[in-house]
Amino acid sequence: MRRRRTAVVFVALFLILFAFIVLDLTQAFIPLTFSEAFWALFGVGSDTNVYIVQNTNMPRVVMAIFVGAGLGIAGAVMQALFRNPMASPYILGLSSGASLGAAIGLTFTVAWIPSLLLVPLLSFITCMATLFLVYSISHVGGRVPTETLLLAGIAVGSFLSAIVSLLTYMAGDELQDIVYWTMGNLTDVEWENILIVAPLIAAGCMIMISCSRDLNAMMLGGNHAQDLGVEVAKVRVQLLIASALVTAAAVAFVGVIGFVGLVVPHILRIVMGPDNRALLPASLLGGAAFLMMCDYISRVITAQSIGILPIGIVTSLIGAPYFIYLLRRRKSEVGWD
Amino acid sequence: MLNVKGLSFKYKERPVLENIDLDIKKGEIIGILGPNGCGKTTLLKLLNRDLRPESGVVSIDGDDLKDITKRAIAQQIAVVPQSNEIRFAFSVRDIVAMGRMPFLERFQVESSEDMRIVDEAMEKTNITEFADRPINTMSGGERQRVIIARAIAQRPEIILLDEPTLHLDVCHQFEALDLVRQLSKDEQLTVVIVSHDLPMVVKYCDRIVLIHDHKVFALGTPEEVLTPENMRIVFNIEAVMEYDPTLKANSVKILGSTTMRKRAGDGGRSGDHAP
Repeated sequence: MRRRRTAVVFVALFLILFAFIVLDLTQAFIPLTFSEAFWALFGVGSDTNVYIVQNTNMPRVVMAIFVGAGLGIAGAVMQALFRNPMASPYILGLSSGASLGAAIGLTFTVAWIPSLLLVPLLSFITCMATLFLVYSISHVGGRVPTETLLLAGIAVGSFLSAIVSLLTYMAGDELQDIVYWTMGNLTDVEWENILIVAPLIAAGCMIMISCSRDLNAMMLGGNHAQDLGVEVAKVRVQLLIASALVTAAAVAFVGVIGFVGLVVPHILRIVMGPDNRALLPASLLGGAAFLMMCDYISRVITAQSIGILPIGIVTSLIGAPYFIYLLRRRKSEVGWD
Repeated sequence: MLNVKGLSFKYKERPVLENIDLDIKKGEIIGILGPNGCGKTTLLKLLNRDLRPESGVVSIDGDDLKDITKRAIAQQIAVVPQSNEIRFAFSVRDIVAMGRMPFLERFQVESSEDMRIVDEAMEKTNITEFADRPINTMSGGERQRVIIARAIAQRPEIILLDEPTLHLDVCHQFEALDLVRQLSKDEQLTVVIVSHDLPMVVKYCDRIVLIHDHKVFALGTPEEVLTPENMRIVFNIEAVMEYDPTLKANSVKILGSTTMRKRAGDGGRSGDHAP
C-alpha cells in the first residue's frame, strides 16, 4: 500500500513541477501565450519572444529546478540526520553562513580568481564553518536537543546576517544589488551561472541519495546503525559536507531562499513515511516543484507593478506560518522529540 | 569463535573492566551475569566494537576486531540492544529488512532472496501479521521481537542480547529465548546474553561468566558458578541452586538479601526496614 502511495506522490510531484514550468515560461513583461512560449523554445516566433524564452525564462526555470531540488533534499537530510523535524539549511543558519561568504566575494574582488568561482567557493567555506559552529554550540552530552539546535541556528544566523548587512552598507554603490540578492532572487539568471550551480548541486544530491539507506538506520538512534555495519561518523560527515555544498551553491547564485528545505520534506514525510530511499528523491522533486510554484506566484503578483518580488519573500510568506504551525503541534506528532 | 584477551576499559579514569579473558565457543549460549553497573553492557559493546578497549584484544575467528570494518563485523555479529525505542514510523518489514544492510552495496536493492530471508525471520519470531504496522505504535515487547527478527535476518554467526527480558511479558520472554535457543541448536548460532535475571540465565545458558569488581569472578556452568557463596558475594543474596522437580531442571531459589539478614541479626530496628 505504501509503495502505491509513493508512486502516486511521485506522479503528482512531476505533474505539479511540469505545470509550473509551463506557466513560468510564459511569464514576461507582456505575458506570452502557451503556443508562443512553446515555439519560442525551439527558436520559432518573434525575436523578442525567442530571446525572452531562451535567455531569460529558460535559465530561470532551470535554476529554480536545481536550487529547489537541492534545498528540498538538503532539508530532508538534515531533518533525518539531526532527528529533528525543524532542521533545514535556512533555520540552522547555513543559508546566512553561505551568504556571508558570497557577500564577501561580491564586495571584494580578487585579481586572480574570477568572481563566478570565488563567490561559490567562499560561500561553501563560510557555510561549512557555520554548520560546525551551530552543531558544536547545540551539542549537549551526545545529543542535539531541538531547542538548542534551533536557538543556536537562529542566533548564529542573525549574527551572520547582521555582518552581511554591514558589508552591504559599506559596499555603497553595489548596495542595491546585494540587498536584492539577500532576499532571494531568481531574476537575471544566466546560462553560465547554471554551468557552475548544476554540477555542484547534482553532486551533493548524489552523495545524499547514496546514503539514504544508512540514514534510515541512523534515524533509529542508539547504536542501531553501527550495529548494522554503518560507519556512522563517516556517513555523517559526508552528509553534512553535501548539505553545505548544495546550500552554498544555491545561495551563491540566487541568494537566501528560506523554508523550502523545511516545508517540503516535512509534508512529504507525513504522506510517504520516513523511508529516506523514497523520501530523498521525492524531496528533490518536491523542492523543485515548490520553488517553481513560488517563482510563478511572485511573477503573477507583481508582473505589472514595481518589478519582480524577490522569491525569498514568497517562500517565507508560505513557509514561516507553516514553521509556527509545526512548533505548535510538535508534541502531538508521532516520531519526533 | 569470539575471543577476549586481557581486555580493560576505563570510563573517565574510572575502571569499568579490568583484564577480562574469555573464550566463547561456537554454538554455545553464554550468559554475562552481574549486578547492575558492573560493566556487563560495556563488555557487550566491546565484543561488537561499539566501544574500543583501553587495552587488550577482542578477536573473531582469529581476526582482531580493530582490523576489520564495522560492515564485516555486522556480517557476523548481530545485536539486540537493551533500549529499543524507535520514534519513526518505519514499518516492521522495513526494520527487519535492515538486517540485510551489511550485505548490500550502496545502490543495491534487496533481492528476492533477501526478502525471503526477511519473511522467514518474521515468521520465526511470529510477527508476520504486524509486517505493515508502524514500529512506533508497538509495545516494548513487540518491538523487541522485531529487533530479534532483524538480528535473525542478518544471518549472523553470533548474536548479542542485552537484557533481553527487560521489556518482555513473561510469556514473550520464554518465547523469544526459546527461539534463540532453537536457533543456537539448529544453526550452531553462538549466543551471548547479558543479564541480571538469575532464573533466566540458569534456564538458558550453557555457561555463565560472573562479573564482579570489574573482573571475571567465576566462569563455568550455572551449577559451578552460582554457588551460595558466590551469590552472597556478588549479589548480596542468600540463595541456593536446587533441582526443581516441576521444572525438571535446576533453578535458583532466593531466600532473601544478606543486608536484611545482617540487620535482623543485629537485633535492632529491623522493623524500620521492612521490605
